[in-house]
Parts: sequence; structure tokens; C-alpha cells
Amino acid sequence: MADVKHIDRPLSPHLQIYRPQLTAITSILTRITGNALIVATVLIVWWLLAAATSAEYFAFVDGLLQSWPGRIVLTASLWAVWYHYLAGLRHLWFDSGRGLDIATAEKLGWGVIAGAFVLTALTLLVI
Amino acid sequence: MVQFTLPKNSKIRTGKTWPRPAGSNVRKVQIYRWDPDTGENPRVDSYFVDMDSCGPMVLDALIKIKNEIDPTLTFRRSCREGICGSCAMNIDGINTLACIYGMDEVKGDVKIYPLPHMPVVKDLIPDLTHFYAQHASIMPWLETKTNRPAKEWRQSIEDRKKLDGLYECVMCASCSTACPSYWWNSDRYLGPAALLHAYRWIIDSRDEATPERLDQLEDPFKLYRCHTIMNCTKTCPKGLNPAKAIAEIKKMMVERVV
Repeated sequence: MADVKHIDRPLSPHLQIYRPQLTAITSILTRITGNALIVATVLIVWWLLAAATSAEYFAFVDGLLQSWPGRIVLTASLWAVWYHYLAGLRHLWFDSGRGLDIATAEKLGWGVIAGAFVLTALTLLVI
Repeated sequence: MVQFTLPKNSKIRTGKTWPRPAGSNVRKVQIYRWDPDTGENPRVDSYFVDMDSCGPMVLDALIKIKNEIDPTLTFRRSCREGICGSCAMNIDGINTLACIYGMDEVKGDVKIYPLPHMPVVKDLIPDLTHFYAQHASIMPWLETKTNRPAKEWRQSIEDRKKLDGLYECVMCASCSTACPSYWWNSDRYLGPAALLHAYRWIIDSRDEATPERLDQLEDPFKLYRCHTIMNCTKTCPKGLNPAKAIAEIKKMMVERVV
């Protein structure tokens, strides 16, 4: 462009206006669950550490994790484990160059979300 | 860099609402406006278009607004048949070409913004300088080493078929500006459009610079910022598949080392 005057151009809106897409949501959820699981891992390690420390300390941490907010966090973490695992498999499939048409990718996306719920329910039944 | 919110000078204010004409088939069209001469923040103006005297496409409505309501409205357009790529913009939350997107494909008010996360020149016109420079960087031409043939570079029908789904790209920038990875890292990530073009030359049987082309793309950012989000393929107004093209490049990267 020929204008020499410096113009402070605005940035056009992006996240604010873009319609949410299933493939984008499943992608960002993979990253969110992955990061959330770091926190969940720390919680589990804390639990084990408490068990190795003393009976009173274990009772305290166990009480926290077995309380209803604790159970919600642990159940959500369980869902995150399954989601992250299934989404990882889907990504491997994508990396092989397959499943990359929109119809298949969206089917796989719904499959990953539903599959995570089913596997979470099954895991809760078993444990 | 990831910044979810808009910078201060880019925050959008409510703009002018133009008068609503009489008629039973009137659509409300909300359009992003920014005038470089005023120094004010961008705004969204509301227009009303009588569809009984308007063509069917979003571009028809834009031209009608410019002709009959507000001549200051600024946008790019040329061929009006989806082959030049000029009128790419964000319509109803997705990137597409205004000329081949029907007003009837939008439910409710028609919201129109420039292509996302780009510097705005004026109204619906983004600055595509960097986008074109990235395209130029992948050497979008035939690179050869052998002597030039007497007549032409020949190609079998099968090899020519490999270019289908790639050569049709009109460089409208819809895909790249739909990609969150491109939003956050366009300074270093080439984006779906440039990578689709890179693949178009990599698999061209007549091209003799495939190793050099792959070398150039072997970079944590240029190629590997693609995380298969697939907004590119979902939004391409020409129905092409940049995500697939990028996956094929990644596969070739692996294949040449194993």
C-alpha cells in the first residue's frame, strides 16, 4: 500500500464472532483435559503421599477427596482421562492421513465425546 | 501469541442504525465498519435490505446497500461467481465468499465481519500483505533441474489427477483466517492456504524440488503448528481440504526419514 502515514489498524474480531465448530471444540478439549489431568495427577499423588505419611493425615486427605466436591473433581478427571485417551487415538488416525473429511471427522468427534461418557460410567460401575 | 481479547483500539462499539424500509421481506444486515480517517474504534452498523428488490446472494445485499443506502461501505469484490476470491469475509460466524453465499442460508440477522484476526484496512477489507508473502515463500511455481523439454513438461493423466482438489484454491484466505493456530501464530505458522499450495507443488510429478520444499517446511512452526483443528476444511468455500493436504505433508516428512 502506498500510504506512508502510520495507521494504527484495528485487529478484526476472531473468537468473539467465529461460530463454534465441533472439530475445533474437540481439539481444544484435548488440550484442556490434558492440562487438567496434571492437576488430577498431583491430587492422586497427594493422596498416596498422605497414605504413606500417617493415618491421621490420610484420613484428612481421604476425607477431602471423598467429599462430594472431591468426588465431582475425581469423576470429572476420570472423564478427562477417557476423553484424552480417545481423542489421542483419533489424532493418531488423523496423522495417518485418514478420517480427514468433515463428515468422518465430526462423526469421530461425537464418538470421542460419547465414548468418554460411556467409559466413565463403565469405570464407575467397576470400581 | 495467544490473546483471546481484542486490543483496545479494536473493541467494537454499536454503530448507526439506518432506517427500515416498508415491505414484508426486509432483512436486517449488521456490518463491521472501520474508517481509518476518523481514528475512532470499529463499530457495527445495522442496515435493512428489502429482499424483494435484491439479488439472492450476500454480495448482492452488500452492493445494494452501497448503491442505495450508504456509499461509504467498503468491501472487495470482482467476479461475483466464486472464482476470484476477493469477497471473502466472515458471514454468520464462518468465513466464506459473499458472492456464493445465499442470504437464505443465514437464519435471523445477517452479521458480516472482515476475515478474523487480521489488520483492517477499512470496513470489510483486511490487509493480506503477510498472507500473500507466506504464499510466495513456498515457491508457488514449477522448480526443475533437468533440461527444458523441446515442447512442454509432460504429465500422465494419473499424475495430473493428484492435483485435483488442490489447484482449485483461489487464495481467498478464508481457511487461514478461520484457523486458531493461524490467529495466534501467523507470524511463524504458514497457515492452511500456503500449506495446501506447498503440497500442490510437492506432489506435482513435474516438479524436481520436492526434497528442498520439504526441507523448507521442516520447522516447528511453519508446518507443525497445525493441530488438525479442521476449521480450514470446514469453512473452505470451494470445498477443498487443506487439513488433508497438511496431513499428507506431515506423512511425507516421516516417510523420508524412516
